[in-house]
Amino acid sequence: MLDYETLKFIWWVLVGTLLIGFAITDGMDMGVGVLLPFLGKNDMDRRVIINTVGPHWDGNQVWLITAGGAIFAAWPAVYAASFSGFYMAMLLVLFALFFRPVGFDYRSKIEDPRWRNAWDWGLFVAGLVPALIFGVAFGNLLQGVPFHLDDMLRPHYQGTLLFALVPLLNPFALVAGLISLAMLALHGATWLQLRTERPLSERARAAALRLGPVITLLFALAGLWVAFGMDGYQIVSGPPHGALPDPLAKEVVLRHGAWLAIYHQIPKAMAVPALGLAMPLLTALLAAVRLPGLGFITSALGMTGIIGTAGLSMFPFIMPSSTDPNSSLTVWDATSSHLTLTVMFWAVVIFLPCVLTYTVWCYVRMWGKVTAQAIAANSHTAY
Amino acid sequence: MIDPTFVALSRTQFAATALYHFLFVPLTLGLSWILVIMESAYVMTGNTIYRDMTRFWGKLFGINFALGVTTGLTMEFEFGTNWAYYSHYVGDVFGAPLAIEGLMAFFLESTFIGLFFLGWERLSARQHLVVTFFTALGSNLSALWILVANGWMQHPVGSSFSPTTMRMEMNSFYDVLFNPVAQVKFVHTVAAGYVTASMFVLAISAYYMLKGRDMGFAKRSFAIAAGFGFAAALSVIVLGDESGYTLGDVQKDKLAAIEAEYDTAPAPAPFTIFGIPNDKTLTTEDAIRVPGVLGLIATRSLNGEVEGLKDLMKDHEARIRSGMIAYDALQHLRHGDHLQATEDAFNAHKADLGYGLLLKRYSDNVVDATPEQIDAAVHDSIPPVAPLFWGFRIMVGLGFLMLLLIGSSLFFSARHTIQNHRWLLRVLILCLPAPWLACEAGWLVAELGRQPWAIGGVLPTFLATSSLTTADLAFSLTGFIGFYTFLLVIEMFLMVRFAKMGPASLGTGRYHGETSRPVAAPAATALAD
Repeated sequence: MLDYETLKFIWWVLVGTLLIGFAITDGMDMGVGVLLPFLGKNDMDRRVIINTVGPHWDGNQVWLITAGGAIFAAWPAVYAASFSGFYMAMLLVLFALFFRPVGFDYRSKIEDPRWRNAWDWGLFVAGLVPALIFGVAFGNLLQGVPFHLDDMLRPHYQGTLLFALVPLLNPFALVAGLISLAMLALHGATWLQLRTERPLSERARAAALRLGPVITLLFALAGLWVAFGMDGYQIVSGPPHGALPDPLAKEVVLRHGAWLAIYHQIPKAMAVPALGLAMPLLTALLAAVRLPGLGFITSALGMTGIIGTAGLSMFPFIMPSSTDPNSSLTVWDATSSHLTLTVMFWAVVIFLPCVLTYTVWCYVRMWGKVTAQAIAANSHTAY
Repeated sequence: MIDPTFVALSRTQFAATALYHFLFVPLTLGLSWILVIMESAYVMTGNTIYRDMTRFWGKLFGINFALGVTTGLTMEFEFGTNWAYYSHYVGDVFGAPLAIEGLMAFFLESTFIGLFFLGWERLSARQHLVVTFFTALGSNLSALWILVANGWMQHPVGSSFSPTTMRMEMNSFYDVLFNPVAQVKFVHTVAAGYVTASMFVLAISAYYMLKGRDMGFAKRSFAIAAGFGFAAALSVIVLGDESGYTLGDVQKDKLAAIEAEYDTAPAPAPFTIFGIPNDKTLTTEDAIRVPGVLGLIATRSLNGEVEGLKDLMKDHEARIRSGMIAYDALQHLRHGDHLQATEDAFNAHKADLGYGLLLKRYSDNVVDATPEQIDAAVHDSIPPVAPLFWGFRIMVGLGFLMLLLIGSSLFFSARHTIQNHRWLLRVLILCLPAPWLACEAGWLVAELGRQPWAIGGVLPTFLATSSLTTADLAFSLTGFIGFYTFLLVIEMFLMVRFAKMGPASLGTGRYHGETSRPVAAPAATALAD
């Protein structure tokens, strides 16, 4: 059995992996949804776009569901404090996600253009809102969230109802939201270059050419903001990392530059933000020279760099508290018991390779350009 | 202090969203296997009518499945958004089966379902059958893990409370997985799903037969559903009885409430067929009882007693008093008192900590509760009797009705005379809502019977909420009701439209309504699309 401290660290890596897996798979579907009204000039265009992800979006969405389940099982305190603390934002994401299963499955079942246009907007919202809000959530985590834990470890928050949503949408968080939205859109645009024919693929290419530099610029801006305009959090004293998790047992202070500490300690860690800066630009370059296959890989690496930077900069914090820093939730004190982490670790070791294997098989079986002719020929089955 | 309106709204929202989700789940669980049977027939015989059957029922499956996925998302979010203290308090145990469900089952089901719908042209017949099989397996495995999680809420085994982390922690995954309650609930629930799907296929096929259209298609679908459904209906009832036996063992409050048994009857206990339970006076008025039957079901013996609610409440009072000692010791432990005597007191009473927490509704400090407050907590400690009593009888009554209907369907179908028994076909259509009513009643019995607990004997429901406000809940509940109604209207519209259109919706040119006009005509595609 692995020791408790190691497992706590492994679970930080695993949750990060699931979130990155979500961005690469389901994030692609969301990016495609966001691009749908802009790239699809007519119904057939839009059917082609939708059918590039049609057979896969449902399986892809399970990355999100599993990431949520893994946070529940591995970091119950984080699941409790974040889902309820971001109540209105979570509802907004949830209601937007509602449009996806029905949007994909119901859209093409009726020919009426009003019906189909309505669902197309549904799919757009279902891509836009979660892509934006997930970034906004990360932006708020970096700044700290106004919550505290009481003596029974019940989380409480400042502000309620819509009022709680407004401060969430502060300028830094909006920049983070735009980064998230743009990187998923770039990923979707790269996918569409791979899976569609001209003129659609050319429109997707034009989108990728614009999105790549935007992401790099926004990410650099966010980096400067974190470095010069924002305080980070730092643990000054607390129980050993392998101790039983008690979030109230440590002392935390706000300190300027604390979010950069990890890069001073481990200079090689700079590779992660470097990926986030370089890869979106490279993805756009690969679109320019018409190599979207490589572009898909660089786009995925770029998202790994961006999500990784957010996680790494905060390490070991997961959800810092701005109103009571000692209530902050960290990798060491927000986790499940040793046994639960062990059981879950083995579940991942056994099942994740199976999942990857059959997912790849499904993608391989459905590979190839999605064409208008193929959809017309299978009009009754295709989305 | 606890706000009763807020707690009631939180519970209403969870119940509404769960009951709504559970409208779509049973059909998915059962119809997926019916699709496997139909497609196996296609692979074995090569007769394209079975392929058309798989594709057509698959279309209806898809319309239902989309809402199952939509509403399932809510369930995963809702523990965190609305039951934050629950998530903190039991996430260590409860979160694991949910996460494993995602990894092991939901990935399998969702990854293959896309190929089920869109892979017909890309896969060989055998490969497609494998895809259908994995979709069915995945959805049923999902149910397994969800019911392992739910079984633990009903009967929390394999775990204990830790004062340092202030939560329940798992100490045996094996016990959680092989929880007897989870096992019987799983088989009972999936079998109920199989009956639901059978009734669905029977009723819609009956409609085609009554209209005299697509007879070959309808009769074959009917026969498969009748055979599958008959086995399932028998299992539901047998396994439901097994649930009753398990309840007698581990969920005595629920069993006594289902039977409206306030006073412990001499063994073997009678079964109450009719009665009007009154939770204020703790009596069942105008009761009609059959001697001996309940004792036989619940204890499988003639001398085993089934404890009544009044006697159970006496036990609860003792446990509440013991829980007060546990709570007191816990407060000392959490404020740095680590005397051996305090730890001993806590360990001696910690099994009753949850009962102590029942007092939180009346006294925040628990330890200084007055005798009146203790009495009130004791009165809260049993589930509401009347809805359980009636919910259970509705579920069982509908179960036997469906067994009879499906049995007759199988009998006449086997004799190839089913199309002549128009009364049966009509009754089947009329009874289409029966399985859904039975499933929803079953859910209510299972989850209301757990009250006042979120986790049986461990965490009271009113403590399990998030720190939100009544306004937050009013806002979100309105949103859910509005959005869900909108989705249900659309779903029913499509379901009815495609069920009426029948296999012609596949656009093969072989079915009712397609032969009179050319398939390629725009009007026909518009309809069939």
